[in-house]
Amino acid sequence: MNAPVTNSLIDVLRQTRVVAALRAFMPEAQVLFDAEDTRPYECDGLSAYRQVPMVVALPNTEAQVARILKTCHELDVPVVPRGAGTGLSGGALPMGDGVLLSLAKFNKILSVDALARTARVQPGVRNAAISEAAAHLGLYYAPDPSSQIACSIGGNVAENSGGVHCLKYGLTVNNVLRVRGYTIEGESVEFGSEALDAPGYDLLSVIIGSEGMLAVTTEVTVKLVPKPEKAQVILASFDSVAKAGNAVADVIGAGIIPAGLEMMDKPATAAVEQYVHAGYDLNAEAILLCESDGTPEEVEEEIGRMKAVLSKSGATRLTVSQNEAERLNAWAGRKAAFPAVGRISPDYYCMDGTIPRKALGTILTFIAMMEKKYGLRCPNVFHAGDGNLHPLILFDANDPDEMHRTEEFANEVLLKCIELGGTVTGEHGVGIEKINQMCVQFGAQELAAFRSLKTAFDAKGLLNPAKNIPTLHRCAEYGGMHIKGGNLPHPELPRF
Amino acid sequence: MSTEQIVDAVKQAAGAQRALHITGGGSKAFYGHAVQGEVLETRSHQGIAGYEPTELVITAKCGTPLAKVEKALAENGQMLPFEPPHFGGAATFGGAVAAGLSGPRRAASNGYYGAVRDFVLGCKIVDGRGDVLSFGGQVMKNVAGYDVSRMMAGSMGTLGVLLEVSLKVLPTPVASRTVMLGLRDPADVIRRFNEWGGKPWPITAMACCDDEIAVRLEGAEAAVASAAKKLGGELTGEAEAAQCWLGLRDQTHVFFNGPEPLWRVSVPSTTAPLDLPGRQLVEWGGALRWLKSDAPADSIRAVARQVGGHATLFRADGATKRAAGVFTPLDPVLARIHKNLKATFDPHGIFNRGRMYPDF
Ligand SMILES: Cc1cc2nc3c(=O)[nH]c(=O)nc-3n(C[C@H](O)[C@H](O)[C@H](O)COP(=O)(O)OP(=O)(O)OC[C@H]3O[C@@H](n4cnc5c(N)ncnc54)[C@H](O)[C@@H]3O)c2cc1C
Repeated sequence: MNAPVTNSLIDVLRQTRVVAALRAFMPEAQVLFDAEDTRPYECDGLSAYRQVPMVVALPNTEAQVARILKTCHELDVPVVPRGAGTGLSGGALPMGDGVLLSLAKFNKILSVDALARTARVQPGVRNAAISEAAAHLGLYYAPDPSSQIACSIGGNVAENSGGVHCLKYGLTVNNVLRVRGYTIEGESVEFGSEALDAPGYDLLSVIIGSEGMLAVTTEVTVKLVPKPEKAQVILASFDSVAKAGNAVADVIGAGIIPAGLEMMDKPATAAVEQYVHAGYDLNAEAILLCESDGTPEEVEEEIGRMKAVLSKSGATRLTVSQNEAERLNAWAGRKAAFPAVGRISPDYYCMDGTIPRKALGTILTFIAMMEKKYGLRCPNVFHAGDGNLHPLILFDANDPDEMHRTEEFANEVLLKCIELGGTVTGEHGVGIEKINQMCVQFGAQELAAFRSLKTAFDAKGLLNPAKNIPTLHRCAEYGGMHIKGGNLPHPELPRF
Repeated sequence: MSTEQIVDAVKQAAGAQRALHITGGGSKAFYGHAVQGEVLETRSHQGIAGYEPTELVITAKCGTPLAKVEKALAENGQMLPFEPPHFGGAATFGGAVAAGLSGPRRAASNGYYGAVRDFVLGCKIVDGRGDVLSFGGQVMKNVAGYDVSRMMAGSMGTLGVLLEVSLKVLPTPVASRTVMLGLRDPADVIRRFNEWGGKPWPITAMACCDDEIAVRLEGAEAAVASAAKKLGGELTGEAEAAQCWLGLRDQTHVFFNGPEPLWRVSVPSTTAPLDLPGRQLVEWGGALRWLKSDAPADSIRAVARQVGGHATLFRADGATKRAAGVFTPLDPVLARIHKNLKATFDPHGIFNRGRMYPDF
């Protein structure tokens, strides 16, 4: 987390000009500028950062989207796209001199093709709504972020979102065939296709995870996969976090790719148990949720193999779900980990670093050290199979010192993830939140390539600028703040 | 060649604005347009740089023989999940990624296999200035910065020299069976492929040539056996099955003989049999149509475009390729973005000039 930006003042003249330009082709109710109307858009799921946008545009046709973009491009006004606003890295944080472009009204599922196993949807459609619409066909959309009842597919595309089933079924990038949208100049553009590939460079891969900085998505074709006939989950208790971490590697080493492989440590388990009463083992230092899905024969065989591996890895208790209700119950706590933690602390701060699986033990020990150093509690939930951590630092935002310690704590953990060969973000995106740490993860040349790539799509730098890719200047300043033992984190970086 | 030597070669070429032709084993030299320029061979930049089976990641230098990578994986019960074509023994790891071609397993309908790009986790490249850049990494999930490494898959060496690539790997399925079925009506074949794809069966390849259909099932023993029973047809012996998929992967199947140009037509899987003269072989459960045909390029591309697909002139003589263009032309907005991207990574336009499109 970086120091929250202060609300910049809005230039009323500019605002009036932009509102007039947009209202020339949109009804008044779709162009908001009164602070009372625009305040609901001041932040996304990372509420430590707030900025009331100069103008909010709520288009409901593609023609309007194209014209808003064209107009803003002509007037040199930055545009920040927004889906459901559940993002956790400030990607949809508005700009005080810009237009917030909400895609919320694009909420239709345009078609579901049972034979081709695809769905064509508008960007504002909720992730879970796609699987709901395909359920009667025995199909579903695989990536399942915990926020799936609220987050939009447009947001998922922008963040390359993952979920508990991504170990086996892949991330958004592996489950989307085609993204259609508009460039900042208001030109229609299509990435990927309804075939399995498209001519030229694989720009679909670049658009996915681009945090709304390269194009505005107005339509997405997703892949649907057959719903497995059966799924069962094992709840495995361990008397040490390190043993649970090793068990993860053992399962994978045995040639098993579980449908989900998640871990919760003892404090996280206690918090979620209070919230969902799922009957978790409260004595375990760590719990693994290990799921198998497929045909009944396949699941039976695999559950048997998983149990054998987990026992051998030192599980102290194994419970296998016996029916769908028990399975969903077992997952309920894991999926509700964030709100559950939200109940035991005034605020929590969620990290998203990813590390090689073998470093799980190391990072957990490090986090425990940081808890002591900063005097803050930090329950852990993770997508263990992917090595994607979500340590949750508990703090009180009204206490400036706690807030500051939280930032420092998080920064140290993220830098440790990089040091261990990982990344600062596995699925929540860089946004504004982790922009400083990008200076450590990447060198000056990579950052320059990223900036140039952005320019390839958006020459004027108007689409969601100031996110994701830091300027060299910013890196130099951040480096200045974080000199450790006289060593600059990136000595090769030119410093201004 | 060491990284330093490659960097030097690139810097010199960049300084002199001299074109470079990046070449691995040359096994895919037929693919794309012929390239002029000084050869920069990658074969001597080889070696597996990192492989830990429990991490499901392999990192190898570009010139490493593909066969060597596959062998190392097989020794640990793992594989490259996209079943890359070799087209001969010389194929390199870097070449396989740069060509971006995936084999029969691309047809898997259950969601956990895919194309090359689906398994790219990170890469190290030398760009057109001679700078060494690293993107992505060795972890399964990584959304820091734009996903440049996946874009390298299929970029045919036009954006940089791939020094090293990290790929996600998967366990080799425990059991594998291939079922052969006979079906006369091509439209019926397409329908069946798509219906089967919607079943929760462990299908990992579906192909059809003339009236012969092959379906491969892979996974847990019990699941494979039960799906094979539901599919019906005739079980094929192990050796014959392996031969069948290898023949498709490396195009040694008899269908690929003959002098007519070979088109790779990528279409939505439910597309009706293409109404075009020539012979067709269907792969990827309907999503890939190989067409041996003398029909004019324009008419083939028009048919592909109409159904939302595209057609690549996969194998033909140089003159035919030059006349028709190998790849489907890009629409103006995409073409502009491509041009800008090329300029980002290769500002002097030295890498594999003209291999994909006339200007890059
Ligand atoms: C409780 C909770 C649990 C979560 N669990 C997970 C999880 O398990 N896995 C995971 O990956 N994430 C998770 N998230 C994060 C978040 O839900 C995802 O990042 C999600 O994809 C954001 O979708 P959104 O519609 O809310 O996007 P927003 O927050 O509105 O926007 C996110 C980014 O997308 C851009 N954007 C949105 N729509 C468009 C569009 N149409 N065109 C171009 N750009 C666009 C925005 O500019 C912004 O940069 C969680 C969040 C919460 C609050």
